[in-house]
Amino acid sequence: MSNFGDYEDRIRNFSWSLSEQELGYQPGQPINIGAYCSDRICQQGKGDKIALIWEGFSGEKKTYTYNDLRRYSNTFARFLTDSGLKAGDRVCLFMDRMPELYIGFVGILKTGAIAQPLFSAFGEDSLFVRLENAQTSAIFTQKKHVSKVRKIREKLPHLQHIFIVDYDGKSPLQDREEAFSMEGLGGVEDYDVYPTYAESPSVLHYTSGTTGMPKGVQHVHYSLISQYLTAKWVLDLRDDDIYWCTADPGWVTGTSYGIIAPFALGVTQCVLDSGFSAEAWYKFIEKNKVTVWYSAPTAIRSLMKAGDEIIKKFDLSCLRHLASVGEPLNPEAVNWSIRVFGKPFHDTYWQTETGCILITNFPGLPVKPGSMGRPFPGITATVLNPNTHEPYPQPGKIGLIGIKPGWPSMMRGYWQNEEAYKNKFRNGWYLTGDRARLDSDGYFWFVGRDDDIINTGGHLVSPFEVESALLEHLAVAESAVVSKPDPINMEVVKAFVTLKPGYSPSKDMELDIMNFIRKKLSPLAMPQEIEFVELLPKTRSGKIMRRILHAKEWGEDIGDTSTLENE
Amino acid sequence: MDELKEVIKNYVSNEYLEPDSDPIDYDTPLISGGIVDSFSMVSLKRFLENKYHIQIPDDKATPEAFDSVNKIAELVKEFVKG
Repeated sequence: MSNFGDYEDRIRNFSWSLSEQELGYQPGQPINIGAYCSDRICQQGKGDKIALIWEGFSGEKKTYTYNDLRRYSNTFARFLTDSGLKAGDRVCLFMDRMPELYIGFVGILKTGAIAQPLFSAFGEDSLFVRLENAQTSAIFTQKKHVSKVRKIREKLPHLQHIFIVDYDGKSPLQDREEAFSMEGLGGVEDYDVYPTYAESPSVLHYTSGTTGMPKGVQHVHYSLISQYLTAKWVLDLRDDDIYWCTADPGWVTGTSYGIIAPFALGVTQCVLDSGFSAEAWYKFIEKNKVTVWYSAPTAIRSLMKAGDEIIKKFDLSCLRHLASVGEPLNPEAVNWSIRVFGKPFHDTYWQTETGCILITNFPGLPVKPGSMGRPFPGITATVLNPNTHEPYPQPGKIGLIGIKPGWPSMMRGYWQNEEAYKNKFRNGWYLTGDRARLDSDGYFWFVGRDDDIINTGGHLVSPFEVESALLEHLAVAESAVVSKPDPINMEVVKAFVTLKPGYSPSKDMELDIMNFIRKKLSPLAMPQEIEFVELLPKTRSGKIMRRILHAKEWGEDIGDTSTLENE
Repeated sequence: MDELKEVIKNYVSNEYLEPDSDPIDYDTPLISGGIVDSFSMVSLKRFLENKYHIQIPDDKATPEAFDSVNKIAELVKEFVKG
């Protein structure tokens, strides 16, 4: 029997107060995610229970109990307070999946500051726009990544503190830099957690926008209420589970379900700080006896590509429940997992803005391979007519996924961008930007994005951001960026480029531009293919018609071309 | 072979390592060590193909085959004629 039980029962009797009661939260009283993730679990007598099993790529292993998590997060909190950081300040975590990333996140929240995790593979431009927009006061990073911070710090007057968590003294510290050694400082026994309330800001995650620069998605401490309950019911987490969420905390899955929910549930979770390798992943599951595994379709398809034979080398019978997030999970992947693991991956659908899982195939209930599943209790989801923003009265029509606002972890705004936030709502519905259809059983079926955003390997990339960066390359005159199909990542970035006079297309030019984007933005944003063209399709008013290029890549009808200038 | 390995090592060092990173050797794990991720692997593959005028089929360009300078050199050798 799953934690979730019967769907109709849960829908009928649902209230978010169920979660509040389990967490012992009284509305109106302080609620601090950092304290719920560490101090509260210790108060329940689970201080000696393992909270985090961490393994590096070379096999180095560290374990931390809930008491360690409590004390070391206090170390972070005390250090930040002593450094003059205050509640509401933005504190960035820019590092690989080290223990300090997980524990530091909890510590930052304890101070009342806002945690701003950023993917460590971001290049200097991606890092800069996010730190500048958030007016970030402090950043925790590693010596291997500090050079990217050094390149931009002069343009960031708000960034007063650069804390290096693995400083080894081999090269001198520079302007605003300070060494911070969590274990060197030792655990701090007592720290007065800042009394944040339900609507106090907690986490700032950046997400790509269609037409503008990345937007900071603001979450609050009350988000815990839905993150806790969705993890319990959808991921089916139980006290004796060993849980592995493969997502990096630079992305929302890695914080909502890679830090907050498992720690608030007092579960043991493990982290592998390593690049992808099928053998390493299976070995990690076997060695740590992982019971609940939350991963992504791209990873699952990569495992499928590695073949079934390799699986036979490992005892994976420990696996009890499998779930997936980031992009639609194709039915072949679900059927493959049933064949090789004896159980299906359960698709979960949600977004950075939603903070928690909204639509899913529930544990213990029939999975419809290829479907997104049904809405979580307390979530009103529908398919909207894109013209009227009214729900379609009958299932079967393709439209926009709309959600009634009001669940605890719904974003509270985009950082300093009220207009973009307002644009996410129509007719009383939150617009996800995704298209789907409903079937007669109430299951949602993903169709695609409603905008130009590229979903590559579960990560959103803005064509606008890549095009802007391309124009900074010496040889590039104009560019248009679209997605192209990819068997592993669902979509990858493709750029169409015209060159300035004096430059010629070549394979070396293509590689040079690819690497330029990889370093400026991130490996995810790097075009996997560049097509050099003489002209880009434009409207008569000069606007590049991305949709024509997109349609060609996907083998779709290019539609109306009456406004095309060079027709 | 050593020359090939040096070319690969230098390219990876110059393109994928940050200035303060530890230097790599021929056996340093590149993919599993997080130095080159699966997206960046595409540009590394493209470099090898351009440099040695070869085509590495996608099914041979696995994370395992790109996990060290030694392994990449072995892979490239398979496709370089003569």
